[in-house]
Amino acid sequence: MKDQPYLETSPKVSDEVKQTTCYMCACRCGINVHLKDGKVSYIEGNKDHPVNQGVLCAKGSAGIMQVNAPSRLDSPMIRVGPRGSGEFKKISWDEALNLAVEWLKPLRIKAPEKLAFFTGRDQSQSFTSYFAQMFGTPNYAAHGGFCSVNMATAGIYTMGGAFWEFGQPDWDYTKLFILFGVAEDHDSNPIKMGIGKIKERGAKIVGVNPIRTGYNAVADEWLGVTPGTDGLLILSLINVLIKAGKIDLEYLAKYTNAPVFIDPESGLILRDKNDKPLVKDRITGKICAFDTKGIYPDLNATYKARDVTSNTVFHAIIKKYISPEYDPEKVANVCGISAPKIRALANEIARVAFEEEFQLPIEWTDFRGEKHTSMKGRPVSFHSMRGISAHSNGFQTCRALHILQILLGTVEVPGGFRFKPPYPKPSSIHPKPHFKVTPNAPLDGPHLGFVHGPEDLALDENGKPVRIDKAFSWENPMSAHGLMHMVISNAYAGDPYKIDTLFMYMANMSWNSSMNTSGVMKMLTDKDKKGDYVIPRIIYSDAYSSEMVAYADLILPDTTYLERHDCISLLDRPISEADGAADAIRWPVIEPDRDVRGFQSVLIDLGARLGLPGFINEDGSAKYKDYADYIVNHLRKPDIGPLAGFRGDGSAVGRGDVNPKQLESYIENGGFYVAHIPEGAKYFKPWNNAYQKWAVDLGLYDTPMPYIFNLYSEPMRKFQLAAEGFGEHQPPDHLRDQLKSVMSPLPIWYSNEGDLEENTKYPIHALTQRPMAMYHSWGSQNAWLRQIHGLNPLYVPTKIMKEHNLKTGDWVKLSSSHNTIIVPVAEMASLNENTVWTWNAIGKRKGAWALDPNAPEATKGFLLNHLIHELQPARGDGLRWSNSDPVTGQAAWFDLKVKLEKATAPEESQPSFDEIKSPVGTGPKNISWKVRN
Amino acid sequence: MTLLPENTEKKLGLVIDLDTCVGCHACVVSCKGWNTENYGAPLSDENAFGAKPVGSFLNRIHSYEVSPIDKPAHLVHFPKSCLHCENAPCVTVCPTGASYKRVEDGIVLVNETDCIGCGLCAWACPYGAREMDPVEKVMKKCTLCVDRIYNDNLPEEDQVPSCVRTCPAGARHFGDLGDPNSDVSKLVEERGGTDLMPEQGTMPVNKYLPPRPKNQMDDTDILAPYLEPVADEPDGFFKWLDKTLDRI
Repeated sequence: MKDQPYLETSPKVSDEVKQTTCYMCACRCGINVHLKDGKVSYIEGNKDHPVNQGVLCAKGSAGIMQVNAPSRLDSPMIRVGPRGSGEFKKISWDEALNLAVEWLKPLRIKAPEKLAFFTGRDQSQSFTSYFAQMFGTPNYAAHGGFCSVNMATAGIYTMGGAFWEFGQPDWDYTKLFILFGVAEDHDSNPIKMGIGKIKERGAKIVGVNPIRTGYNAVADEWLGVTPGTDGLLILSLINVLIKAGKIDLEYLAKYTNAPVFIDPESGLILRDKNDKPLVKDRITGKICAFDTKGIYPDLNATYKARDVTSNTVFHAIIKKYISPEYDPEKVANVCGISAPKIRALANEIARVAFEEEFQLPIEWTDFRGEKHTSMKGRPVSFHSMRGISAHSNGFQTCRALHILQILLGTVEVPGGFRFKPPYPKPSSIHPKPHFKVTPNAPLDGPHLGFVHGPEDLALDENGKPVRIDKAFSWENPMSAHGLMHMVISNAYAGDPYKIDTLFMYMANMSWNSSMNTSGVMKMLTDKDKKGDYVIPRIIYSDAYSSEMVAYADLILPDTTYLERHDCISLLDRPISEADGAADAIRWPVIEPDRDVRGFQSVLIDLGARLGLPGFINEDGSAKYKDYADYIVNHLRKPDIGPLAGFRGDGSAVGRGDVNPKQLESYIENGGFYVAHIPEGAKYFKPWNNAYQKWAVDLGLYDTPMPYIFNLYSEPMRKFQLAAEGFGEHQPPDHLRDQLKSVMSPLPIWYSNEGDLEENTKYPIHALTQRPMAMYHSWGSQNAWLRQIHGLNPLYVPTKIMKEHNLKTGDWVKLSSSHNTIIVPVAEMASLNENTVWTWNAIGKRKGAWALDPNAPEATKGFLLNHLIHELQPARGDGLRWSNSDPVTGQAAWFDLKVKLEKATAPEESQPSFDEIKSPVGTGPKNISWKVRN
Repeated sequence: MTLLPENTEKKLGLVIDLDTCVGCHACVVSCKGWNTENYGAPLSDENAFGAKPVGSFLNRIHSYEVSPIDKPAHLVHFPKSCLHCENAPCVTVCPTGASYKRVEDGIVLVNETDCIGCGLCAWACPYGAREMDPVEKVMKKCTLCVDRIYNDNLPEEDQVPSCVRTCPAGARHFGDLGDPNSDVSKLVEERGGTDLMPEQGTMPVNKYLPPRPKNQMDDTDILAPYLEPVADEPDGFFKWLDKTLDRI
């Protein structure tokens, strides 16, 4: 045997490591970027970072291919061919910005609402919304309306926060973790880390999902629920648990509005003269405000005044959910889950919540002054995101899930669900929507917020929606994230009015981010009688040659995530953990090699050129040099700016003066800052004096804000009351019945399906999801990732494969009431037997993303979006109802029903579209390089 | 014909937990990143943006559907890379001695300067764990990150293969499977870790931990002992409530 060759086992890894924040998806993990000779050579997770603790997903590690992607735009451009052609001319930044000012300045002076500014996967919404607010247009939102607004909003109205950015399971103590509708997404690394951690302890994972991939694939139990029926399943679990008395009475009495009285006539909550909800003290029998010191609110009380007897919210809950309509036997068929299985799940929940109750020896004092010697834990936790949200009954379903957690007493207790700062936050302290337009002046406040009754709707004096997306209107009153998916179709229809300029950022509206994609392309390219585009001007910013680029008139090219400043702020979508408040930055770890600029810096420049307040000094000069300057120097309130760490002299946290060296301190600290929650403040946060004090000190609240959870939603009842004809703000008659039903102040389930005829014709549910290696990612064209997921067949359950005599590789014609597509299929057994699905956003338009036009993404890939219309089918009432949740306006992507027929294989998936001209050409044939010193 | 060492001082390898692997491909891409930049030629991609992209990867995830007769079907994600066999057929088949198994730790490597790209080793490997680089035309395989695990330029905690360091679910473990007292050996013992295709006689060092039994919540168990009803209509419930509240 010959000698082993010499091997260098200790090679130099890199010249330097710079720590910043990932942007390959929305998780915002910490990354170590290794550089050789100033070039990115390797990316790994940052071990000290609160989000990912060193691990990194496929997208994160593939960042090097994103930073070097041939699809990167390299210069500002102006359209020279017709819209949709992809023909552009490169121009200078000065030309581009002057043109933008030329278009936007007259709008601001005369009619700011003629600008619609919608940012897609924006992680700087507190800044982009500030720009829109200073411009004065009411037409601003990001992508939440077509993502998970139902989950977020239902959570905030019910308990002051929801899942993901709002809170997380208590991975350290939970013993039963139940996932509703989460397959591979929201969020990415933290869920995987959590699953790994609880599996090591032998905890049980239950997946409730029509599709058994991703997290559901490793779940111990799987319930392949029928899409859109999760709400009914949850209410059935509630029914069974109530009948068994397996709910946490003490928790409900002390921390929720269960003991609060409801006025039987109005359905509104009885309040004292300070507007505080009334309860009866079980100790003294006195009627008093819910937060009176020393009381034990009585769940079983009645209150008689002026011959009217009021009962508690708890009474209403019991009466509603003990009803036989929610018996497992009654719901089994609809949900596609057998009654014994529903009982078995309820039994497991009851066992773990109440038999495995435990105490952490941590003292705490609640807002009524009661001292607790320990913290009681109930180790059952839930998580859910888009799966149950993206239905037209999603809001009420999400409410039902939050109510289930609360009835079990598992929210903010050890082993259950825990909020992440700045949450919990009562819905009442969020802003209300602002929409008052004054030409040549800012809007009267932040656009998005939470309505608490009809008086808060964004309507003009004639009751017409003020916003282009009709958010906060009677059609969808609680649309806290706006309705980005309705902007183009409303602007095209001139309903409620015409706009002049559509300005978008990172939103692929002419492709996978729109319903009715072919229709949207037409709306974007259609001309009026005079030969002008119906939507006159479109400005778009993106870092890559996405499908949307071709449909814009002016392109402002963004940088990649390693070439820019960014701020992951507590004022925005935070990255906190249950044990601490955290924020982070991105900073240019490499310099761009193209004529591109970070979009936020461009907005800073544009704001100054437009002379917007907040963007200029008194003498009219630019207030901020760039986004980095804004991050450090902007103050939202006195002493509170975008970043909470290293304020003042560098030692102040949360509140403090501007610190000119703040970014340097973040960089030294690994790109992030964490303010840890003290031991005694870690649980029971909404009611825990120690947490309340900590939150005020940090600037999360201005004063302590203890509150009780809203099992019963009074704001919803107010909309119902209006629909019943009470009050000065009245809905249009055609919406009364809808509002009376869907605004139920206690969760309900209603079918999300069309009428019987439609259901018979289109009997199959059709869903999409994104694979883990591409979830929330702008990089599915990435050279490495596309080799993992370059094809998206339609996955069809065995039963339907057999019925249609199909085998994997065959093609089918898939039709909805709106459209037909022809696509390849693959068999999948671990799937609800009436559901088909595919990976979303794998399909690409020819000519986009610097891919070869023969790339499988363009020839075999497809979008289900073509089958989904932004409006529901005509129902003969002369109206076209929006394909959205009637409470929040959330896009009801997952309500799609289809039929399927075997088809002869076409050359390409249908519909196929012409190639758009690529402004960046096609990528190189081969990649084979190292970064060498 | 290349000889294998009679014994190796250590048997370094991976233990992969199939119960926890969610199939996220984090390990696949981290591996591609590290090994493009490090050991030997870069891992290249042919037709990187074209119709049939083919790149070399040292680690891939395969997903299989399992359909038990009496339970719902489920997916198993199965990460696969070189198993660093004790009886490695890829080494003995190598005509130039380029493939070898290290005496000190049992890692199977390809000395790229001696590799003539004949591909015999890939044919000999029953696991399909070797890939000919499409552009560099040299045989590529998992090195167990031999340039990480002893690398003094890395912090000690990072001296593990990149796939292990990055795995979000903690489904990958690295250590000496020749030492019965190592953490990985104990894990294999506890969880009944197994060899992949033991009938091949390759004696793989890497081990797989099997998925735990699924769908144990029995459909037919209607006893539901924790759901003993206290009431099935409101009045009965409120009576129970009053009694229960008095006890609080």
